[in-house]
Amino acid sequence: MKVYEKIIQLFLFLCALIAVLGVILITFFIVREGWPVIQKVGFFNFIFGRQWAPTQQIYGIYPMILGSILATLGALILGVPIGVGCAVFLAEIAKPKVANIIRPGIELLAGIPSVVYGLYGLVVLVPFIRKTFQNQGFSILAGSVILGIMILPTIINISESAIRSVPKEYKEGSLALGGSHWQAIYKVIVPAARSGIITGIILGMGRAIGETMAVIMITGNSTLIPESILSPIRTLTGNIGIEMGYASGEHQQALFATGIVLFIFIMILNVAANLIPKKVGE
Amino acid sequence: MSSKRILAILMVIMVAAFALAACGRPAEENQDGTTTEPVEQSITVNGSTSVQPLAEELAKAFKAKNPNIIIDIQGGGSGVGIKSANDGVVDIGMSSRELKTEEKNLKEFKIALDGIAVVLNPANPITDLTMEQIQKIYTGEITDWSQVGGTAGKITVVTREEGSGTRGAFIELTGVDNDGDKTTATAITQGSTGAVMTTVSSDPNAIGYASFGSAKENTNIKMIKVNGVEASEENISAGTFKISRPFLMLTKEEPTGAAKDFLDFILSTEGQEVVASHNYLKVK
Repeated sequence: MKVYEKIIQLFLFLCALIAVLGVILITFFIVREGWPVIQKVGFFNFIFGRQWAPTQQIYGIYPMILGSILATLGALILGVPIGVGCAVFLAEIAKPKVANIIRPGIELLAGIPSVVYGLYGLVVLVPFIRKTFQNQGFSILAGSVILGIMILPTIINISESAIRSVPKEYKEGSLALGGSHWQAIYKVIVPAARSGIITGIILGMGRAIGETMAVIMITGNSTLIPESILSPIRTLTGNIGIEMGYASGEHQQALFATGIVLFIFIMILNVAANLIPKKVGE
Repeated sequence: MSSKRILAILMVIMVAAFALAACGRPAEENQDGTTTEPVEQSITVNGSTSVQPLAEELAKAFKAKNPNIIIDIQGGGSGVGIKSANDGVVDIGMSSRELKTEEKNLKEFKIALDGIAVVLNPANPITDLTMEQIQKIYTGEITDWSQVGGTAGKITVVTREEGSGTRGAFIELTGVDNDGDKTTATAITQGSTGAVMTTVSSDPNAIGYASFGSAKENTNIKMIKVNGVEASEENISAGTFKISRPFLMLTKEEPTGAAKDFLDFILSTEGQEVVASHNYLKVK
């Protein structure tokens, strides 16, 4: 092998190394900073503790774990049907002209900064909920609606390409058997594309659970265990985001420990996304 | 390449990064310092964690003009600041409460005033609350405006996040901090003064608090009287508006040298501008 080829290979390897290094360094620092608190409080007390009072050295993130899960679940309930529906429409039904208008719109949706989503939620959605339900407005509902919109591009893009990669023969076979277009879609095409669609949903979940700025602005950040969909909540990301500014010492370490839990959540989701067979159909 | 080797390489890179980061700093400081006389003086400061952030900002501004004076600021609390100044273990102690009579032997310099306004939505007819009512609203004992003479409606309690200096001062001065922070868990928590005021300005049933300096600038909310006393600069200075406290710097003897220079700077127009820019009230 020529020397310059070796140099180029080495350079490319370095590029790969830097990317991985980023992950390793971040993991390393989060764990190093956060672990002492988890050790002191006890892992289960930390995870299932119902009270969060860092100034009194009480660290329980159960309300936040619940908050993250509920907001994400709400986002999925809203986002998945709309997202998958939109993907089916774009891949199967829409005429190219129509699709060419909708697709850039979705790309734009993905490009809107999360703080803008948050501002929209704060100025439009929260007051709307407040008027409708005569409450404080900041709620799981507000968070779910905004997160549901935010995860749409992820779900739509991945689902659409999954649907498009279903071999033409599947659809033709279905139609040849006398099935209607709709029957071909929901009996053959969507099931055949389901691994791609599920991957899209899981990545959307990752986005929802990791979202911080918009969530801080609209969920109210109360550290109580929610009673209904109209209760205010604080998410794991919100906990870190809102308290990082002034936290010091053990309080700061507890926020890093929150980060560890969040990290575990995201890891599980990513592993799940990788476990899904990439093959179309079976 | 074996995973052990990769790990070894990562370690080397990390150590190298740390080493570089570590040697970067002192070199910079030296460069700044070479323009003036090389004799370095240092001041030690400790005490109130509420005064600490402001003191650090003041020290930063002071250092820009006096690069060879090193100011070491530590926390500890007002009690520690007063005791340390009295024992002479620090040059300057910081306190965020008035001195008691037996502590008056210290030289005290009032550097700023910290007033916290209780704010409501302008649509709320209430203009006056007692300290006790405010405390009960924040601890969750009072949950409806009709309980304090307003029109019926569930109170939306808005607070700041734990660790915030404004929250610390508010709960301490109103008695919400009664053997620990007793703020109701249902309170909406916002991460900044601006977010608190935005929330209060859009919710007719909301109550919030903000530093007086920021609240008086905002016309979308209204500041209410506490115990019948209006939140104003005069009342905060006079100490009649109860949700307020002085920021004190304390020395054992009449200050000299670097400590005197620092205190003079704080009380100068420039130092007081720093005070005002962080939403505290100037004393001059």
